[in-house]
Amino acid sequence: MADLALVVAEQQDGKLKKITYEMLTAARQVADELDTEVGVIVLGDGLDADALAADLGARGADVVFVGDDPALGSYAAEAYSTVIQRLVEDEEPTLVLFGMTPMGRDLAPCVAAKVNGGLASDITGLRVEDGELVITRPIFSGQAIATVRVKRPPVLATVRPNTWSAAQPAGDDEADVETLDVDDLPENAVHVLSVEAKESERPELTEASIIVAGGRGLQGPENFHLIEELADLLGAAVGTTRAVVDAGWRPYEEQVGQTGKTVSPQLYIAIGISGAIQHVSGMRTSRYIVAINKDPEAPIFKIADYGIVGDLFKVVPELIQAVKEYKAANQ
Amino acid sequence: MNIIIPMKRVPDTAIQVNVKDGRVALEEVETWVINPYDEYAIEEALRLIERLGEGKITIVTIGPEAAQETIRKALAMGAHEAYHLLDDAFEHLDALGRARVLAAAIEKIGEYDLIWPGFKGVDYDEGQTGVMLAEFLGLPHVSTAITVEEIEDGHAVAKIEAEGGYQHVRVPLPAVITQTQGPNEPRYPTLRGIMGAKKKPLTVWNADDLGLDPDELEPVVELLHVERPPARKAGRILEGEPAEVARELVRILHEEAKVI
Amino acid sequence: MISFTLTEEQRALRELAREFAQKEIAPRAAELDREGRHPAEIIQKAWEIGLMNLTVPEAYGGGGLGVFEECLVAEEFAAACAGVTTTVMANSLALTPIVLAGTHEQKEAFLSPFCAAPNLASFCLTEPQAGSDVAGMRTTYRREGDEYVINGTKQWITNAGESALYVVFATKDPQLRHKGISAFIVPADTPGLSFGKKEDKMGHRASTTRSVIFDEVRVPAFNRLGEEGDGWMIAMRTLDKSRPGIAAMAVGIARAALQASLEYSQQRAQFGQPIANFQAIQFMLADMAIGVETARYQTWRAAWLVDQGKYSRYASSIAKCYATDVAMRVTTDAVQVFGGYGYSKEYPVEKYMRDAKLMQIYEGTNQIQRLVIARALLKGEADGT
Repeated sequence: MADLALVVAEQQDGKLKKITYEMLTAARQVADELDTEVGVIVLGDGLDADALAADLGARGADVVFVGDDPALGSYAAEAYSTVIQRLVEDEEPTLVLFGMTPMGRDLAPCVAAKVNGGLASDITGLRVEDGELVITRPIFSGQAIATVRVKRPPVLATVRPNTWSAAQPAGDDEADVETLDVDDLPENAVHVLSVEAKESERPELTEASIIVAGGRGLQGPENFHLIEELADLLGAAVGTTRAVVDAGWRPYEEQVGQTGKTVSPQLYIAIGISGAIQHVSGMRTSRYIVAINKDPEAPIFKIADYGIVGDLFKVVPELIQAVKEYKAANQ
Repeated sequence: MNIIIPMKRVPDTAIQVNVKDGRVALEEVETWVINPYDEYAIEEALRLIERLGEGKITIVTIGPEAAQETIRKALAMGAHEAYHLLDDAFEHLDALGRARVLAAAIEKIGEYDLIWPGFKGVDYDEGQTGVMLAEFLGLPHVSTAITVEEIEDGHAVAKIEAEGGYQHVRVPLPAVITQTQGPNEPRYPTLRGIMGAKKKPLTVWNADDLGLDPDELEPVVELLHVERPPARKAGRILEGEPAEVARELVRILHEEAKVI
Repeated sequence: MISFTLTEEQRALRELAREFAQKEIAPRAAELDREGRHPAEIIQKAWEIGLMNLTVPEAYGGGGLGVFEECLVAEEFAAACAGVTTTVMANSLALTPIVLAGTHEQKEAFLSPFCAAPNLASFCLTEPQAGSDVAGMRTTYRREGDEYVINGTKQWITNAGESALYVVFATKDPQLRHKGISAFIVPADTPGLSFGKKEDKMGHRASTTRSVIFDEVRVPAFNRLGEEGDGWMIAMRTLDKSRPGIAAMAVGIARAALQASLEYSQQRAQFGQPIANFQAIQFMLADMAIGVETARYQTWRAAWLVDQGKYSRYASSIAKCYATDVAMRVTTDAVQVFGGYGYSKEYPVEKYMRDAKLMQIYEGTNQIQRLVIARALLKGEADGT
């Protein structure tokens, strides 16, 4: 009985993360053609099932599977994958979506191995053709787009953040609630000893809707305050290139590109970045790209929606000023 | 300390791959390299055994004949031994298939404390094999480690990338730990390493040697075709004095693109 | 039998040299050139991974490789920065006299400690008044008991002031010409050794060049290479071995210029299309490629002959002369392909052109090479095979 498209929710302190709503949109888009219901599985400790049902129902989910147990309080691969494995074996869903997030990228292959299912990673497209799910996903860091098919259900996939819009509440439909069996969950072998929070208040690179990125054109770590100032004014994350990270100017966490993060924000502002293939492949799916570079031949201009040819040390301070003025005028 | 590094060769990341006839034209790729994340794993593993004062690093690679050159590079960097898993049946594996083949090889090798692949290959960008391998071997796993900090009482302590920062985690051995970019640039092989690499043991195993039935390795995820990403539309160059273009850009981003 | 197939080790060595050159040298080339800075940190790293002193026997801490392998490395390094390569290759030039003419005891005393650290060495042959006319040298030595005392000035000495060892050629009596010359090893800390100011050069600016002044410099008789009077032969045989390496450097510079031109001509648009679409540019690119490929073959052949012990002064002079002329022409054309941008220091090709010029001058000007080639032809010694 394959009549379910399942979304594996991500939550923190009972609050669903944006990626969950994005997956809900993706699932909803194919559910009608596949003639399936849309279910969301939420795992945690002390969850408010009614609130979840109301929220998710209003956004288009038909059913919410709630697994509530202290063992599920924070993400643990063994316990989480076991609960999902049981649900997959019981419900035989056509489709199971995970987020391409730190949790999803760990959990999805774990579930796939357990249910011997085919997993498509980091997908950016999902459609139905002749009653079958067809998936598109970037490969070679976005240098090419692959179309793939999972030959037998369940079709498992991790969904790239910022690719589908988040499902918005509409109407007051409530989803049905089904409580999951959380007995005898395996104990997690991995123990967290301590957590080091990042110092920055800025959004996560992979989740940010705006990224301000600086390259070698900044000429030295001391000039990155320009990038940071602009980013903070825009509520953006700070990105950079491999060359900059290799030179030790910025930490690896900020690296965008083939050996760094792959991002697709609404707006990517590339400053003093020439546009080496290494870098471009990690950001080319951004909705809007702005490039500021003094070299008119820089390859970055080939993919930029808006380009400014000029000395970044003159342009960026003006840009900061212009954003300040804009914000003052719009308050 | 027996460390096994499942390693993959990938096209040089500095070069753009070509798409032809609905697939990636891998035959045009001239330079193949160690998958960068596997290379970080090798570097961290070398440092770990240097610190411990003992240990052995074994490379396991699925790949065509030509992958041997990449394997030799890992040996030249300091790995001690290698297994090359070579069979026509291994040519078009999906992640499940790769994990099965690797699991069979690792079980056959037998002695291991730590299995330490890169968290993903920079070719097909899946990032599945390591975790699946752990499942097939019945081992605990830790994803996206920056480094293994300590080995104590049969456990490894790893620093891993986590949402919003880092975690220090402890996992009982044997375990699978997948590597993200580490704090240390992978070392160059030395001249001595290159000259010595040929003398290090390199064993070739095929599907038969691993007791694998090629039918079971049929991919579940099927690659239908590959295309170039849609070209981005021609951009607009804003001209004028810095102050003017800055204001114009903010206006466009607000009014036309509606992103701020 | 003929084969152009590299062994697995040779391919791995070239790969290592290429990776090292592109990651460690190329990103610093412009800055080193601009500031004329000695690349100590690159030497340190190259030494750590064993890319220095390749042709010194392993028994004395070197790489134990042949001139052919050294050529593979030299091409890769020079494609990143010729100045850094000159700094590295100067060691080979300076140590070859010891490898060729030194006794086991001398090699143990000088080569082993030298190779055990990231040291540099200098080959001191040329003088202010004795360039191509080597036998006209005026630096003298005299014997005093168990010591030799050296006096004179050497000019255009690579690594001078940075080196740990100086291999010096001096004459007992300038009247004796070739026959009066002997070779000595002079450690850097020998009293009486001093240096001129650092030369402000057109190219190879990452390499340090100074004059070396010997004022009553005393070395033990033990430091003499070969017998008295062997100096000329030692110098010539050393240069014979070093010529393929110079040719390989020239190939590297030319290759980099071709690569840059190839990329630029496909990016740069004029009249609504990339300039690579124009035959005028295509012909230049083709001629560059013809030069690079043919220069490499002659270089490899000359290196191979040296390593086979079938040494041919004729073949290696052709390699040096041809490859360096090719480098000059190719780099000049590269500037032309880049047009106005090529003349600007913002782009790398004008550096290639400046660097290429020296290749035609040092380690035997191309005029001298032509004399050597012509003499071999006329004497029936054109032993090209």
